[in-house]
Amino acid sequence: MSQLDPAIHLVNDRALLLSFTHHPDIPAVQRLLLRLGRELQQSLRTPDNPQAPLRNIIPGPGNLTLELAADTDMSLTTLTEHLEQCWKSLTPDETVSAREHRIPVVYGGRHGPDLDTVAAHAGLSPEEVIQRHAGGQYDVLCLGFQPGFAYLHGLDPSLHTPRRDNPRTRIPAGSVAIGGSRTGVYPSASPGGWQVIGHTALTLFDPGNPADPTLLLPGDRIQFIIEDAHV
Amino acid sequence: MFEVLRCGPVTTIQDQGRHGMRHLGISQCGTLDPVASRQANLLLGNAADAAVLEVLHPPLLLACHVDCDIALVGDDMGAHLLDQHRHPLPGGRLEPGRVHSVRGGQLLCLPGRRHPGNYSVLGVAGGFDVPLVLGSRSTDLSNRFGGLQGRPLQSGDRLYVDHDADSGRRLRQGIRPIAPNGQLRAIPGPEFEQFNRQSRLDVWQTRWTVGRQSNRVGLRLGNTPLRSEDTGYMSSSAVLPGVVQVPHNGYPVLLGNDAQTTGGYPRIISVISADLWKMAYLTPGARVRFEQVSIDQARAIHRQWQQYWARLEMIPPSGEAS
Repeated sequence: MSQLDPAIHLVNDRALLLSFTHHPDIPAVQRLLLRLGRELQQSLRTPDNPQAPLRNIIPGPGNLTLELAADTDMSLTTLTEHLEQCWKSLTPDETVSAREHRIPVVYGGRHGPDLDTVAAHAGLSPEEVIQRHAGGQYDVLCLGFQPGFAYLHGLDPSLHTPRRDNPRTRIPAGSVAIGGSRTGVYPSASPGGWQVIGHTALTLFDPGNPADPTLLLPGDRIQFIIEDAHV
Repeated sequence: MFEVLRCGPVTTIQDQGRHGMRHLGISQCGTLDPVASRQANLLLGNAADAAVLEVLHPPLLLACHVDCDIALVGDDMGAHLLDQHRHPLPGGRLEPGRVHSVRGGQLLCLPGRRHPGNYSVLGVAGGFDVPLVLGSRSTDLSNRFGGLQGRPLQSGDRLYVDHDADSGRRLRQGIRPIAPNGQLRAIPGPEFEQFNRQSRLDVWQTRWTVGRQSNRVGLRLGNTPLRSEDTGYMSSSAVLPGVVQVPHNGYPVLLGNDAQTTGGYPRIISVISADLWKMAYLTPGARVRFEQVSIDQARAIHRQWQQYWARLEMIPPSGEAS
């Protein structure tokens, strides 16, 4: 692992940021970061210290933030030492099986008002945009921006589309959209500048389900399924 | 039970926040002044994370329909009790940092004062009874869940008290309030070095003004734009309350409890966790300075707070309310 050692920065007086600036294989490094977070949490939970000293372990695209719990006496220096130790002993695990999700999408029409914009920008027909979007395999790098909103990796480069000049005041929950090089699904209604190409009826965030409030988790893989297309 | 007769915007039910869920994109929310909330709960014999009422924009007028003990911590807001005819009760002033007994039929009035920094927490023995959502009673206003139906209070709302959770213990001697000083101690943020030399000086030397657009998500700081030299693409990563992000326009945003969990703007400094409570009093128009401390100083300050709470929790309570 040593040829690609991450940089460590302080986020504040109780949190560290571990990051890779450039890496050729983003999903692979993300899997490594997620495992690092899990193993660190486990290694810190000892019989004499059953309370995990970390309050949050938060992956970002190509990075991981570790926040100390309010009641721990652990210093960031000690946490860094644990982190380096854990990183050195981490081996690539190719046997890891990601959870797979199939997300049915109604593309175009009133649910996908920007499908034609994306098609025009790509120089493709709306049908071809749908085929390419639904043909992709996507990795959930992390969640953020909204509860349950997944940062997905794997959008076909031909579908990369700049955000709208005039952001919409309300993008409905379930909207499937493209913003720059990313695609994503909005768990809740929100203002936003992404190009909306479709809609899914799945619930991506349910605050009433404490065991599993978000449908997607970092490390999951997803595929969009064409439920219907209005072109 | 309390009935809301009148309240300002953004009056919410909060506890110590929703923790350990940022990897799911779930924000912390929770009381803006965790010190005041914990003090109020300690006075009332409640668990530290019992739900309190947070008053950011007075006035607040509550009708009390049952005998109960309350405690106000923070700004005094001219708080007092009224009888059922809305006449002030003799000796009815509600001094912050003390337990007060309220009788059913009386009214609780927080008129507030016209100056920046109005902020108070109102606790009740047993805590306000709203459902636990994802492990917390805090209101998430952005995503509309928690607290009272995920929204701010409005006239006509009924607030129930969790009488079963009332321990019967009270700290009758009171707790001396701690006044915020408009000085937030901070350390350089992860992207501090990306800012130009002048901006790295300005951030510490400017007396910042809190802008009108400020809310629980973040405080917008006016007067001096800050410039980063590296304007290249920056990957998103986790942000936390107290982080100062600088968007492209150069005007810093000090992130609050309701901030989203990820951000993509350079972070020039981060307020230390022990000083986050002071942000509650930074309402629009307030002035604030940042003071640089070392990570070791921040750790020492964190320890002092742990000792402060340990001392307070050792004070023997005084049994049943009168």
